[in-house]
Amino acid sequence: MVLSRVSTSSSCSAAVLKPLATALSLRRSISTDTTPLTIETSVPFTSHQCEPPSRSVETTPKELLSFFHDMARMRRMEIAADSLYKSKLIRGFCHLYDGQEAVAVGMEAAITKKDCIITAYRDHCTFLGRGGTLLEIFGELMGRQVGCSKGKGGSMHFYKKDANFYGGHGIVGAQIPLGCGLAFAQKYSKDETVTFAMYGDGAANQGQLFEALNIAALWDLPAILVCENNHYGMGTAEWRAAKSPAYYKRGDYAPGLKVDGMDALAVKQACKFAKEHALKNGPIILEMDTYRYHGHSMSDPGSTYRTRDEISGVRQERDPVERVRKLILTHDLATEKELKDIEKEVRKEVDDAIAQAKESPMPEPSELFTNVYSKGMGVESFGADRKEVRATLP
Amino acid sequence: MGEEVGEYQGAYKITKGLLEKYGPERVLDTPITEAGFAGIGVGAAYWGLRPVVEFMTFNFSMQAIDHIINSAAKSSYMSAGQISVPVVFRGANGAAAGVGAQHSQCYAAWYGSCPGLKVLTPYSSEDARGLLKAAIRDPDPVVFLENELLYGESFPVSAEALDSSFCLPIGKAKIEREGKDVTITAFSKLVGHALKAADILAKEGISAEVINLRSIRPLDRATINASVRKTSRLVTVEEVFPQHGVGAEICASVVEESFDYLDAPVERIAGADVPMPYAANLERMAVPQVEDIVRAAKRTCFRSR
Repeated sequence: MVLSRVSTSSSCSAAVLKPLATALSLRRSISTDTTPLTIETSVPFTSHQCEPPSRSVETTPKELLSFFHDMARMRRMEIAADSLYKSKLIRGFCHLYDGQEAVAVGMEAAITKKDCIITAYRDHCTFLGRGGTLLEIFGELMGRQVGCSKGKGGSMHFYKKDANFYGGHGIVGAQIPLGCGLAFAQKYSKDETVTFAMYGDGAANQGQLFEALNIAALWDLPAILVCENNHYGMGTAEWRAAKSPAYYKRGDYAPGLKVDGMDALAVKQACKFAKEHALKNGPIILEMDTYRYHGHSMSDPGSTYRTRDEISGVRQERDPVERVRKLILTHDLATEKELKDIEKEVRKEVDDAIAQAKESPMPEPSELFTNVYSKGMGVESFGADRKEVRATLP
Repeated sequence: MGEEVGEYQGAYKITKGLLEKYGPERVLDTPITEAGFAGIGVGAAYWGLRPVVEFMTFNFSMQAIDHIINSAAKSSYMSAGQISVPVVFRGANGAAAGVGAQHSQCYAAWYGSCPGLKVLTPYSSEDARGLLKAAIRDPDPVVFLENELLYGESFPVSAEALDSSFCLPIGKAKIEREGKDVTITAFSKLVGHALKAADILAKEGISAEVINLRSIRPLDRATINASVRKTSRLVTVEEVFPQHGVGAEICASVVEESFDYLDAPVERIAGADVPMPYAANLERMAVPQVEDIVRAAKRTCFRSR
């Protein structure tokens, strides 16, 4: 039996029927198996001003496999981006998310594409989770026409409005009031949806967070503030930046939950809980205890402010992809080879997307002047030498 | 949304009656947290609502300027058009009377320099009505710079302007008074000063054409240049600090486009290059007066006082 691909990538070759092992033929295809399964999270939830959800998470073999597949794809993508950056195909900023995949994947499992997500600049995997394609991602990173922002945004400015992903923001903390604004619009339109506004432990001290949270609480907005606490704001450890690094408690009057952010199932449970809460009672804070393997960005080796032992320790003990692999193997939902095949497949998917993205041209020069406004009204704009380069904005 | 827009009926009574008419879901009193509520307004615009965010004065917009520039103005470009931001930021701008340095700055030049924003400066009641409606209907972020002292002035209003769908085009200046000897550009309160200056100049045989810019960005270079080509002299008038001001941009535009038509150097009348003082006599010296405009216009005509 073939482990059919859960994703809808278009770059797959025709499925090849592999020789059946007897043991395999007795098991239903894991990719469609929706037998309910209950898994206990290894770490309990800690709560502030609310009752925490149960540690027992409902899932299915299909979901666990999709977690593995999606996280493997995210992991592979970020590592490939590292190489592209080093070969100077990606320029400027490149903030990688490897290590934090469980947050993106667990969140998507708890919500719909009608719920909104907004995040900061470490956005590649969040965009992928919202339904973005590898081609759009590598295209944008390399500044090509096929990129999700047509090459005009770059690593920090991915958006996917049709999936309610609102970016992609470079200014630390700005996305939090923006996210509360999305929640305002959802409530105003009686949409019965919520917004997840994601930020890091570095942004958690921003004044505008507290301003926005105050308004969200006063107006009962369905806003969920998600602190992805990877314990370092650039090079500054949380205890050096925050008098109180218990970010889930910092909402004071707003309830909060501390979650093992390396456990996709715990993340899913917390997000499900938060969505129900926010729709009835207004804002809630989720603190995801997570970790990034890379430095802050590609110009940061990530080792001047933390030890290599710490990094490898987390990789050994808490890696989100390994955790799901172990879960799948322990519950005999797939074989090691099947999982390795998925990883091989994902690697090829990523390589193919990069090759295709490399073929895409850079934007036309005329694109310098497009999208300055939604409605340019024929206004004039200028290049560096306005006697040489002028344009009329569409 | 904004501070005191609801129950207080507006700090300057501009939103008077709106809470009663439209209810608390649509007219929202905010806490004194500009960064927070400006960001919330922009986020709501991302989703598709059409928020109007009031800054009690634009001096307080500096607390939220990152949201105006980085979250609002640049988003359409960075997203290659996926995200449009139909938000209006409005409020009192420029000098009032006796309110001191922190409450008197004019922000036309700063916001006017930013691609992705539209910046409007109404003068008359018709301007205010037509431009605000156009601003709200516009899919892009608009900075709408009103003036506290103009709130108290009355203007004649045509029947057409009273129509509920009366809109003025964004990016078009208005020739308030035709003339043939010198062009005077102005915006907001100083349009009134420019018109008074034109009356005085007329008595001395100088026919001044007064242009009410209405729109700082997009700037109506076509109308300004056409006027200068007709008169061959230009005086720019503004309340903004002089360095890197609106007048500097207009002067550059005219030198680039209409150099051969100029018969005299361009003159700039602007706010004094100092923080706004409190004492009444010093304050008077810090803001353009009618006689300043008259004197500058005469200089372009090579007439001494």
